Amino acid sequence: MFGLSKKDGTLFLVVIGMTLFAPILLNPFPEGSELAQFNAGYPDLMQRFVIFGIFAIGFNILFGLTGYLSFGHAAFLGVGSYAGVWMLKLLTMNVVPAIMVSVVVAGLFSALVGYISLRRSGIYFSILTLAFAQMSFALAYSVLTPITNGETGLQLALDDPRILGVSQVNGSIPPTNFFGFEMRDGFTLDIASWSFTFNVGYYLCAAIMLIAFYLSIRIFRSPFGIMLQAVKTNQQRLRFTGVNTRPYTLAAFIISGMYAGLAGGLMVAMDPLAGAERMQWTASGEVVLMTILGGAGTLIGPVLGAGVIKYFENIFSKINDNVLYNWFSFMPDALQDAFVFMIHPFIGKGWHLTLGIMFMLVIICLPGGVVEGGQRIAKLFRRKKSGPADSGAASLPNSTPAE
Amino acid sequence: MGNLVVQGVNKAFAGLKALNNVNLNVQSGTVHAIIGPNGAGKSTLLNCFVGKLEPDTGTVMFEDQSLLNRQPHEINQLGVSRVFQTPEIFPDLGLLENVMIPAFAHRDGSFRLNWLPRIDNEAEIRERAEHMLEDVGLADNKADHAGALSRGDKRRLELAMCLVQEPRLLLLDEPTAGMSRADTNNTIDLLKRIGERGITKIVIEHDMHVVFSLAQKVSVMAQGTVIAEGSPEEIRGNPKVQEAYLGGAHL
Amino acid sequence: MDAIVLQVLNGLDKGSAYALIALGLTLIFGTLGVVNFAHGALFMLGAFCAVTLNTVLNISFSTIDPVKKDFLGNPLKVETPYIESWFGPELGAAIIDWSVPISILFAIPVMILIGLCMERGLIKHFYKRPHADQILVTFGLAIVLQEIVKYFYGANPIPTPAPAALSSSVDMGVFLGFDAGSIIYPYWRLIYFCFAAVIVGGVFAFLRYTTFGMVVRAGMADRETVGLLGIHIDRRFTIVFAIAACVAGLAGVMYTPINSPNYHMGMDFLVLSFVVVVVGGMGSLPGAVAAGFLLGVLESFASMGQVVDLLPGINQIIIYLVAIVILLTRPRGLMGRKGVMEE
Repeated sequence: MFGLSKKDGTLFLVVIGMTLFAPILLNPFPEGSELAQFNAGYPDLMQRFVIFGIFAIGFNILFGLTGYLSFGHAAFLGVGSYAGVWMLKLLTMNVVPAIMVSVVVAGLFSALVGYISLRRSGIYFSILTLAFAQMSFALAYSVLTPITNGETGLQLALDDPRILGVSQVNGSIPPTNFFGFEMRDGFTLDIASWSFTFNVGYYLCAAIMLIAFYLSIRIFRSPFGIMLQAVKTNQQRLRFTGVNTRPYTLAAFIISGMYAGLAGGLMVAMDPLAGAERMQWTASGEVVLMTILGGAGTLIGPVLGAGVIKYFENIFSKINDNVLYNWFSFMPDALQDAFVFMIHPFIGKGWHLTLGIMFMLVIICLPGGVVEGGQRIAKLFRRKKSGPADSGAASLPNSTPAE
Repeated sequence: MGNLVVQGVNKAFAGLKALNNVNLNVQSGTVHAIIGPNGAGKSTLLNCFVGKLEPDTGTVMFEDQSLLNRQPHEINQLGVSRVFQTPEIFPDLGLLENVMIPAFAHRDGSFRLNWLPRIDNEAEIRERAEHMLEDVGLADNKADHAGALSRGDKRRLELAMCLVQEPRLLLLDEPTAGMSRADTNNTIDLLKRIGERGITKIVIEHDMHVVFSLAQKVSVMAQGTVIAEGSPEEIRGNPKVQEAYLGGAHL
Repeated sequence: MDAIVLQVLNGLDKGSAYALIALGLTLIFGTLGVVNFAHGALFMLGAFCAVTLNTVLNISFSTIDPVKKDFLGNPLKVETPYIESWFGPELGAAIIDWSVPISILFAIPVMILIGLCMERGLIKHFYKRPHADQILVTFGLAIVLQEIVKYFYGANPIPTPAPAALSSSVDMGVFLGFDAGSIIYPYWRLIYFCFAAVIVGGVFAFLRYTTFGMVVRAGMADRETVGLLGIHIDRRFTIVFAIAACVAGLAGVMYTPINSPNYHMGMDFLVLSFVVVVVGGMGSLPGAVAAGFLLGVLESFASMGQVVDLLPGINQIIIYLVAIVILLTRPRGLMGRKGVMEE
């Protein structure tokens, strides 16, 4: 199946199914109901799921396979974003050149950073990548303002040349499109009280994410991938085995940098603006969190991690005290107040507190991330049934994935 | 093929002479043992062959090519493999993968962006690796993680990893250290069997039983220099060796 | 020449903060083998100790002044801090004025307690885990700590002034033989530098001249052997962690008059302190201190007008640039030891 082993093929099929039907799967609650706020099936959020999924898949190729912990990957995403916006400004509002140039530019930049940083390993490597990313961030804010437009961020303008397209349509900036299909287009399907939105932008991102995911499976299962895993487990031995580890790690670094650039390109394809804050080290930290939370070194883990973090970020920051009062409205007033008071610090602007706690809990209790959790649950079930020992589910978690 | 000529190698660490004008001539296809008391410089000498250390002066020629100023992987690609004193394997990977990695390195060279084929489809490499695991007697637990093996098994695995590369020179650093007598005998048998393939071998060993049952030639090192060289019988009777090695006691 | 001296002086206060945080980081790393990403948060907590004490001392009750009227003609409400009514207006006002230095006394037990809780409650379970896990769990802790502080103190910086007597500047030009007025330097920065020097000296003396310090240094050099000698190394590690937390906290306390503390100051300093530690060499205490001052001063030089005109943006990237150059030319930083944190 697709040139994958049976197990990987099944996993890939499941992922295809979930991404295709995500607008339905993620909207399980009827419109207007109490629980509708837990729906995630709207285009903006779904796009973020798959875009950050791509980012995390790429990061996992470096961190999950070789064990090199980069703290500067957001820089590649940021560089990709800037390159993408420039293509939209100079060439055309068709997103294809923008995305392609994003990947190429991020790849070149990561080749430079990787070539230098990979001379060191361990924490020294992490600090080098961090230093590069912070430098890019600082420069994007100051000296490079002509290219990055500084604090305001790089945006489209009415008088952009767009030599292959048009500068403006009826006095406004034309929307981004994929050979005529506008990213913001879509149609809404109403069934009873449910409402599902199918958005062009989401499906473009999803298709690209599936390709990216497929490539990562192929890399994981290839001789190249096994060499990368050998770097992680015993780099010294690998050198004495006749393998030059530097080009292997550099290749992994560039590939993951290109994935980050792809994510950046897709971001501007969906929403054509780019700001320097995308390159800050906290943004790099976020992708590390996603990968670890999902399960570093597993195939599906990073995608799950990205989904979980983006979903909770969205939901938790949306809930406010009024919503809480609604939930607890069945309680006596005093109890209601007490509950709202207790939960209040964790929601809305306090979402980061929840994230921090969640993160600590995962590292402490579940170092393998969501995937390991799923495997443990699966094992539990299997023992209960004491049925056929099926190892096929090993990398396919039994939990309900967010994406 | 597989001969190693070492001439006038010196190596000092912060003024301390670890190697002092070492000369060694390992003939092709032979098993050459290096013995000597602890701190004699045996492992240091081996490190100079594989690119871990660079001698201060002297030459190390393998099949008319210098092994100096080369990266470890380049030396390996020339046909020199090494078994370490403490087993160096890939503990997180399966046994089969442990052996397939060196096989890939042997086939593909020091770098190849070989990401298109699936590792399951590399039938030839897989067969060789499986065959090699059988040879060292590890075929039965090939699905295990290598880190879970006993120390003796790890050493056998490492041997398989080296042999699958079909090296022309194999360096063995105390291949039986810490093994039981039975395990040691198994290892000797294994080494004898692979001896039939005509690989040149340099063995560092403390166990005289191993040395005398394997080696055709023995060099004795003490205080960073070779003090005697000859066949096992000659070495056994050499008073100078007994002096240096056992403080006068008989071997 | 005076311009150069001025830049060196300007760099010293930031350098002092870097040095103190980096000192604690290295101490923890060297002994416990743990990469503590929550160390910046400890610095921030120290600063908020000062903020808390300042707030507490300023708790007031209102009385109505029968004589004065406010501009609406109503009787004027006067806020009097309790502390003034207890100790008399003059002594009370003085205590409030000196709240930052007094906070040191308050911060020491608090920070030691926090350090102990952190080490016993979290860090000790991570001794044997990979460095990546340590980085990530302490990173999570740092987020939690800073969000808690944000919840209680808000997101805006809280001004916490130095005592009035020390808030003016000193004309260093006169002292150093330059023109009067050429080098104006705030007293508090001078005090901060001296304070940092005393703390660094204290920690070094402690490690050098006490039995405890000897064991700790031995532990830094070879942990396993010291453990084998039958020395209960774990308890000592707890104390080391508490000391490191305390040093970071005090650095934070004294830093409040220089920059009003906000909840994310810890993260801002953490990244740079890590760069400092790595530049100094993981596990080297003198390296950390030296690199801290070096980078602080370099940063201050890079922000000079002439330099920025010549190389725009250099002031923002100088530390990272220097870090990259040093790491590439000296693999283990300025004074790092072999085999630490590699592979």
